[in-house]
Amino acid sequence: MIHPLAVSHDFGVWVGALLTLMVFSFLYRDNPFYKFAEHVFVGVSAAYWMVIGFWTTLWPRVIVPLIPEASRIVSSDTPLPERDLSAVVPAVLGLMMLSRLVPRLSGLARWPTAFVLGTTAGYAVVRYVRSDFMHQIQATIGDGVLIPAAGGGWNVAESLAALVTLSGTIFGLIYFMNTRRGGTVTTPAARIGLLVLMVTFGASFGSAVMARISLLVGRLQELLGDWLGLL
Amino acid sequence: MSPVHGWNVALMTLVLVTLVAIGIRRARHGHTAAVRTLPGIATIERAVATSVAAGRPVFFVPGSRDLDNMQTVAAVALLEPVAAMVAERDGRLVVPTNRSMVMEAARTACRKGYADAGCADAWHDDQVLYISDDPLGFVAQVDGMIVREKPGACFFFGFFASESLLLAEGGRQVGAIQVAGTASPVQLPFFVAACDDTLMGEELFAASASLSGDAALLGSLRGQDLGKMVAVSLLVVGGIAATVATVTGWGFVHDMAGVLDVLLETR
Repeated sequence: MIHPLAVSHDFGVWVGALLTLMVFSFLYRDNPFYKFAEHVFVGVSAAYWMVIGFWTTLWPRVIVPLIPEASRIVSSDTPLPERDLSAVVPAVLGLMMLSRLVPRLSGLARWPTAFVLGTTAGYAVVRYVRSDFMHQIQATIGDGVLIPAAGGGWNVAESLAALVTLSGTIFGLIYFMNTRRGGTVTTPAARIGLLVLMVTFGASFGSAVMARISLLVGRLQELLGDWLGLL
Repeated sequence: MSPVHGWNVALMTLVLVTLVAIGIRRARHGHTAAVRTLPGIATIERAVATSVAAGRPVFFVPGSRDLDNMQTVAAVALLEPVAAMVAERDGRLVVPTNRSMVMEAARTACRKGYADAGCADAWHDDQVLYISDDPLGFVAQVDGMIVREKPGACFFFGFFASESLLLAEGGRQVGAIQVAGTASPVQLPFFVAACDDTLMGEELFAASASLSGDAALLGSLRGQDLGKMVAVSLLVVGGIAATVATVTGWGFVHDMAGVLDVLLETR
């Protein structure tokens, strides 16, 4: 139902609405309003993430463990935590990253980068083998491709779904065999794999577009409802 | 996961890691496997050549996550040969990033790529920009840059979330040749729809091996394919065993399906 125009008197709603319209103006072409919104967005988000990084990582994991007395700056009645000197390790690695600022010492920055890459790779191997390899294979096999119905006989719909899941996974894996001779997709099995992928992408695209439309509806509701009072 | 079942994860990890190690060892002894033709790679080369010939810059976005994401690592690995391609043709490469560590890794990769092309002096670190950790703030700026600088080629490699379509649409608006690559299944459809070519899933990792020609990477790729053969074998054997066990109720097939179930049990 459309109500008479009742423009909001809330400053925050005005800022949100005007910035939304400035961003939408990009749909026409690049313009000074979009540039303004873009720079506000980048500036605010960069500062926001820096503050988040300080209060969720640097402060509780490095500064307070090394200097427990610092916690009193935030709250004077906080019990002092125990000093944890192991926080020196991330602190030093973090400072080594800053060595890029001094050309003579810039090589030191490779160490923390190597540390992050090494631990990530090591940790990811076991996690991926467990969840993306073994668990997926087990779930795909399930109870096979012939699923009994509750009242006897076979449940055709579930059996068909199980067959498509199992065969689609196998053909998809064959498509991703990268070391073989020949052209792009040479075997019939790989072609079926590609077909399975494209059908999956089509379904996924549709559902993601619906999610985006719900975001758009949210913005329109804010513009027409909270800002203009028409809804 | 019970402690007993922890052993099956260890065993499977050992098998897969051994296959990759064998692949790398064989490749280092000259037995490199041929990588199948990835259309995306040919499009990368064409896009760089066309863009430079038109006097337009080349944009490379290495995902929107940090270096602790394997896709970002693959994207940075891919950046090096792309930088070399741009440098050889005397073009201009622009690399917007949204993580400080990725910015540093990207600068190192570009420096190496330019050096490999014999153009070390042409590289300037400020061609790799840090914008914002916030993915949507990052996209807002990159889209603005794309519209203003009108790149002839846009490459989006690595992990993307909702930024994928926003970036790809920006590039499409200015008529850039676009190639994307991600292993994020939810975002792949957007790239497939909006880009000229897309490296899907593991093709992203294969592309960096193929472009670099590095024996260790090519060997690793062969090892990964052997791992996929293990997965296909387990699926075929497991699928048949589970189906036959359900249909016939034969004891030995049931036992076989049970063994596979214990081997793959992770919960």
